[in-house]
Amino acid sequence: MRGVSPHLATDARSFGVREAWGEHLVALANKYPELVVLDGDLANSTKADIFAAAHPGRFLEMGIAEQNMLGVAAGLATTGYVPWISTFAAFVAKRALDQIRVVIAQPSLNVKMCGAYSGILTSKTGKTHQSVQDIAIFRAMPHVVTIVPADAIELQAAMTAMMEDDRPTYLRVTRDASPVIFDSGYTFEFGKALLLRQGSDVGIVSTGVQTTRALDAAALLEEQGVSASVLHAPTLKPLDTEAICELAAATGAIVTAEDHSIIGGLGSAVAETLSERIPTRMKRVGWQDTYGESGPNDSLLEKYGLTARHVSEAVLDLLAETTGARGNRR
Amino acid sequence: MTAAALSHLTSSVSELRELSVRTRRLILETVHTAGAGHIGGPLSVTDILVNLYFNRLHIDPDAPHAADRDRCILSKGHSSIALYTVLALRGYLRVEELATFDAIDSRLQGHPDMTALPGLDMSTGSLGQGLSPGLGMALGARLGDRDFRTWVILGDGEIQEGQIWEAAFVAGRYRLNNLTAILDYNRLPQFGWPDSSGFTRDIPIGDPGAKFAAFGWNIVETDGHDHEALTNAFDRAEQHTQGPTIVIAHTIKGKGVSFMENDFNWHATPPNSDQLAMAVAELQGSLT
Repeated sequence: MRGVSPHLATDARSFGVREAWGEHLVALANKYPELVVLDGDLANSTKADIFAAAHPGRFLEMGIAEQNMLGVAAGLATTGYVPWISTFAAFVAKRALDQIRVVIAQPSLNVKMCGAYSGILTSKTGKTHQSVQDIAIFRAMPHVVTIVPADAIELQAAMTAMMEDDRPTYLRVTRDASPVIFDSGYTFEFGKALLLRQGSDVGIVSTGVQTTRALDAAALLEEQGVSASVLHAPTLKPLDTEAICELAAATGAIVTAEDHSIIGGLGSAVAETLSERIPTRMKRVGWQDTYGESGPNDSLLEKYGLTARHVSEAVLDLLAETTGARGNRR
Repeated sequence: MTAAALSHLTSSVSELRELSVRTRRLILETVHTAGAGHIGGPLSVTDILVNLYFNRLHIDPDAPHAADRDRCILSKGHSSIALYTVLALRGYLRVEELATFDAIDSRLQGHPDMTALPGLDMSTGSLGQGLSPGLGMALGARLGDRDFRTWVILGDGEIQEGQIWEAAFVAGRYRLNNLTAILDYNRLPQFGWPDSSGFTRDIPIGDPGAKFAAFGWNIVETDGHDHEALTNAFDRAEQHTQGPTIVIAHTIKGKGVSFMENDFNWHATPPNSDQLAMAVAELQGSLT
């Protein structure tokens, strides 16, 4: 069994994810002259406006026309530029899907597709703007690397790694500030999952901002005498199948946690892996094949089953089903 | 890697006409051999491609990825066999390889695949997608202060796609004078539209020039089969400095073979041996 990541933050603080994205684009652009940003008239929401102010000549406004924007990015990529896309996750994955398929994914052109406002926490915009199918879409798209960071530190580390890599990549970015999990020494590795907590009764596999809630769930479970591992998978494609199989072998019970549909996302990916290699009882916490609505973040998380408590209850239910006991196991 | 020797060929009108006949003949023979493939559209776009590759584009078949080569995108990707044939005659591949068109493991895919064949500047086939990458290439040239030009060949059917008008708007807004679109305006789509008399195939979208002009494009109209007129139209596109140009090339679907011209049944029907012989005889006769 691998060890717990040595780069966990020791203080509890939150950090703005979209601000971290905009600021790190500026830092990367200072190092990489080939970096350009294409915006779909959302720069002040995605925080690409930070880049626009710092590098106005490399900020290319494309208007509210995503199909064209992704096609333009493909053309720019063939001339030696590395385009980064600024729009919402709901739009990049769906308004321009065929363009991504034909002129970016099939020819493997180096376009960095960033989906802001991903998941359900989209500032009370509701179901049109919530994006809970984007991971499923990109997982099913050959050649596209798919990254779902847990916090602002990992987001920036992933962006740094993306500039040293020439594959088309989808980067899922969240709108709101979220707790910092990693310390500044963290280095992103494509396709590597990280063990954030070591436990023996159950393995929780999480991605994105749900990793915060998975860690909170593990703390709740500890109070009830259940020892949970938390494995964070920031890369959905390629997935760290070895780490997931090791976790299943060590615990014999797996719960997944994601701010995405359980169909096609992390839950599906883990189930596909385990059912072929080490069949393991599972539960999947995430969107249950439904559409959302507008509302405050806490209300949305509660109504649609994405809180830490939902994760811990899924663990207890699973353990009850597999061992006949629930809670207070020791 | 040796430095690319980018240059454009200069061909006489009679040489271009002869190349067009050779191209059409090879298209018909290849589709006959493959037993599948489009015919009408490739014959329609032949003269445009011949004129670009043998009289216009700064390219080097020995350095197909040269950074400052002119770019050419066949957005109407279903006319791929016309592009493959012209690339073969220009030296990007051996003419004999055309016989592999559409076969398994072939570099000559049904629709152009830039990962399969050097010389293809963009993968196309899903209609309406070629103008946006061309816009990106033209923006790349401007950002890098490089002087290559980008040419995008559009079908008149595919300009029904909304993405074309997104790209038209943005290219006009950026006043990209290093971008030229060429419309293969043969006015004969695959199925057409219901009208009071039943069905009409005439004109997939009306007055395209006025629509592009509304987005700030320079409009040049030309006969799409007359090499002298095409050369003149492309000169005018290059001379325009205020924004992008669209050359509206008036063409005939199935051009060069009288029994195929303006007949939608030849959209994607391979000729049989007798039809091939008749077509080749007519094409050869047109040179005398």
